Amino acid sequence: MPDTDHISVAIIGSGGAGALTAGNLLLEAASLAGWYGLLTRTIGPQIRGGEAAALVRLAKRPVNCLADRFDLIIGIDWLNANRFGGEIEVGPQSLVIGDPSGGDLPAVMAGARPRTVEVPIKDLAKAIPEGRPNMIALGLAAGLLGLDENVLSAVIDKRLADKGRKAIDAGNAAVKAGIAAASHLDLGLRLARPQPSSARRWLVSGNETTGLGAIRGGIRFAAAYPITPASEILEWLAPSLARVGGVLFQAEDELAAINMIIGASYGGTPALTATSGPGLSLMTEALGLATAAEIPVVVVDVMRAGPSTGIPTKSEQADLNIAVYGLHGDAPHLVLAPQSVSDCLFTTQWAVYLAEALQAPAVVLSDQFIGQAVVAIERPADLAFIGRRSIATPAAGTYKRYALAGGGVSPMAIPGTCGGQYTADGLTHNERGTPTSNENDHKVQLDKRRTKLEQFGYGDHWATVEGDGELAVITWGSVTGAAREAIDHLRGSGVEIRLIAPRLLLPVQPERFKAALDGVRRILVVEQSHGGQFYRYLRAHYDLAADVRLLNRPGPLPIRPSEIEQAIALWRS
Amino acid sequence: MSNVETQRICKPGDYRSDVKPIWCPGCGDYHVLLSFTRAFAELALLPEETVVVSGIGCSSRIPAYTSCYGFHGVHGRSLAVATGLKVARPDLTVVVASGDGDGYSIGGNHFIQACRRNVDLTYVVMDNRVYGMTKGQPSPTTEPDFDTALTPGGTGLSPFHPLVIALASGANFVARAFSGEPNETANILVEAIRHPGFSFVEVLSPCVTFRPDEREWKNQVHPAPVGATSDPAKAARRLMTDDGFNIGILYRGERRPYQAQIGPKSVDLSELEKDFTL
Repeated sequence: MPDTDHISVAIIGSGGAGALTAGNLLLEAASLAGWYGLLTRTIGPQIRGGEAAALVRLAKRPVNCLADRFDLIIGIDWLNANRFGGEIEVGPQSLVIGDPSGGDLPAVMAGARPRTVEVPIKDLAKAIPEGRPNMIALGLAAGLLGLDENVLSAVIDKRLADKGRKAIDAGNAAVKAGIAAASHLDLGLRLARPQPSSARRWLVSGNETTGLGAIRGGIRFAAAYPITPASEILEWLAPSLARVGGVLFQAEDELAAINMIIGASYGGTPALTATSGPGLSLMTEALGLATAAEIPVVVVDVMRAGPSTGIPTKSEQADLNIAVYGLHGDAPHLVLAPQSVSDCLFTTQWAVYLAEALQAPAVVLSDQFIGQAVVAIERPADLAFIGRRSIATPAAGTYKRYALAGGGVSPMAIPGTCGGQYTADGLTHNERGTPTSNENDHKVQLDKRRTKLEQFGYGDHWATVEGDGELAVITWGSVTGAAREAIDHLRGSGVEIRLIAPRLLLPVQPERFKAALDGVRRILVVEQSHGGQFYRYLRAHYDLAADVRLLNRPGPLPIRPSEIEQAIALWRS
Repeated sequence: MSNVETQRICKPGDYRSDVKPIWCPGCGDYHVLLSFTRAFAELALLPEETVVVSGIGCSSRIPAYTSCYGFHGVHGRSLAVATGLKVARPDLTVVVASGDGDGYSIGGNHFIQACRRNVDLTYVVMDNRVYGMTKGQPSPTTEPDFDTALTPGGTGLSPFHPLVIALASGANFVARAFSGEPNETANILVEAIRHPGFSFVEVLSPCVTFRPDEREWKNQVHPAPVGATSDPAKAARRLMTDDGFNIGILYRGERRPYQAQIGPKSVDLSELEKDFTL
C-alpha cells in the first residue's frame, strides 16, 4: 500500500445525524496521534434536517486548504447529499462507503465512478445500546486510517463527558464496531507517519484565533449582533473578555454595534465588533465617523457568499470592494486580511495595534472557510503587537484634539482627563474639533488623515512574499493556502513560482509591491469572487507591468491547488 | 470627588464653551443649554468626567457648546455611542441629547432598546415636532395635518407618543419639561441624572422658524397635577390621558440599572490559550 502525505475524508449525513461531531472527533484523535489536519464543515441553511458534511484532511505537515479530491467518503445517509453539488470532489480511486438503507449515492458522486461498498452503518449502531451511526462512521474512518483505538477512546471520554457514562460507553462500543467493519475494507492508501515534533499543538478555528488575537492586541470591549458565520468569534469572546477585565455587549443591530464600540473606544477602551457582509453594509456610515473623528475601532468581517443574504453558511471573497471603497467621502482607513486559521491570530492582533496607533478604523476580512475551519497546528509564535494609542495630557485651554503637527497622529484626550475636553465630531472640524465648513480646514484635515496612514512603517508584515521566478501568483486571504500548496508542489518538480499575498490591503503599498514584483514577467491573480474584485483592486492601485491572467470563481466551491497548478501550466506552455 | 474639586466648578457659566451656537434667534434649544449648565452646576459635576453625546439635528449640536467632553456622531445613533461609552466607563456621567427626528425616527429602535436595557444614562430629547435642520419636514411627533413641501396636506399619521413608548419599554425615569422654564427643566435634569438607570426627559423646545405656532406652548404648559408615581400602570394611564403639556417628573421606576459583569483585569492572557491546547 503506498504511503501518502495527506488523506481527505468526508463524513456525510442529514443535519442532526452527527456527521460534524464524528469529523471533529476524528480530527482531534488524529492530532493527538501526531498528525496535522484541517476540518471544514459544509452545511445547508437548516438547523436540523438539512445536509451536513465534515470534510477532514489529515496530513503529516500543517495544511491550510482542502485537497483536490476526497479519498474516503462515508455516508451515514445520502438523503440530502445531492445539495453539496461539486463541493465534495470524488475520483475513481475514492472509496465511498454507504449504508444500504441510506438512499442512492448522489449522481454527481456516482458519475465519477468511485469504488463503492455497503456497510450496514445503522444496523451496526442499533446492535449497541444507545449506539449512534455517526460513531460507527467514525470507527470506519479510524480503522481505515489506522488510528490508535486508545487515542480515540481518550477523545471520546473527554468530548462526551457531559453526556454521561452511558453515552461514552456507547460511543466507544460503536467506534470499535466501526473499526471491526473497516478491517474488511481497503482504502488503498496509508497516511505517512507525521514528523516527530515537540512543539505545543493547538486544535482551533479561525474564529477562535481571531478572538484571541483581538484580546492579545488589547481589545477589552466588544459589541456585536449575531450573524453567520461570525457568531463563534462573539461566543468565544464573551466569556474570554470577562476573564481579562473586558466585556462583550449584544447590540440590537449592527448600527448599534459599531456605534457602541466607537463610544467605548472614545472612552479609551480598545474595541471591536465582528460581523459578516450584511452587517458590514450597515456599519459603513459609522466607519466613516470613526475615520473623521479619528477613533480606533476594529471590525472583523467573516465573509460569506453575497450579495444580500447570499449563502450565509458558505465562503466567498466578495466583500473586498465594500471594505475598500464602501465609505462615502474620502475616508482613508485600514483593511487587512488573514491568510490562514493561524494567521487570523496575527492579523487581528496587528489590526488592533494599527488601529490604535493610527487612530483609525480597521476592517479585517476573514471568511467562512478560515473562520469556521478547525485546524491542528503548532502554536503560533507570540508577537508583541499591543495596541497603544497616543494619549494627550494637555494643559487646560490649549488642547487641540486634531492638531496638524506630528505626522497626522494627534494625541487623543480620554474623558476623565482635565483640560482635554473636546467634542469628537463627524462634521468637518478644525484642529480644536470645532465644526467648520472652511475649505482650508477641510483639506488640511483630509491631508492629516491620509498622511498618518501613508507614513506609517508597516514593515514586512504587509504581505506574504515567497519564492522566486518570473511568474507570480498574486492572491489574498484564505486562497493563499491553496496557492502555496500548488506552488510547493510545482517546486517539487523544479518549477519556481513566486507567491505574493498582501495582508495589508489598505493603505496600499506601491513601493513594497513594486519590490515584490521585481523580475516578474507574468502574473496569475487567483481569487474567490465572481467579479474579479481583487484583480480590479490590483489594477487600480499597482503598476503590475506584466502580462496578467485571472483565475477567479465565486463561492462556495473552494479553489483547489490543482486548478491553480493547471492555470500555471497553461500559462507556461 | 474631593472638596477642592467640587469647589473648582460651581457656576453654570463654567460649563459653557466659547463655541457660538448655530441656532436661530428664539430657538428653544438655547434654554435647554442653559438648563444643562444649571443642572451640571447644581450637581457639581466635573466637566472632564461628564460626556454629552448626540446624533444629528439642531438639538444635537449641544455637546460642543458645553465645556464637557462631547461626542457628535451620526444621525440616530447617539444612544448606541453612549451605551458603549457608559458600559466601558461606568465612572463617567453620560448625558445624551437628541431631537424628535434623530431620537424617534431614525433612532427609534435604539430608544426602545436603551429603555429596556436600563444602562445608567440620561436621555434628553428636545422635541419641536419638526425637522429644523433640513428645513421643515414632519417628524414622528408632528401633527397629521401639518402641511409641508415634502408631505403636501400633511402625513395623515398619528403622532408617536414618546413617553408612553419609554414607559412601556422599561425606562426607569420619565419626565416632560418645557424649554421656556429653564429652572424647572434644570431641576428635572438634576433628578434625571441622579436617578439610577435609564432616565428619559422629553423637553418641549419650540422651533420658532418652522413652527411659529409653538410660541403658544408657553401658554399651554402646566405643572403635572400629581407627583411622580413608581407604579407603571398608574403612570401609563396618566400619560395616555394627559393633554401632552403636563410638566414634571411623571414616573420614577425602581428597576436595577444594567451592570456589566467585568472581572478583574490582572489575568494572565496565556490562560486563554488553554482552550486550544491539545
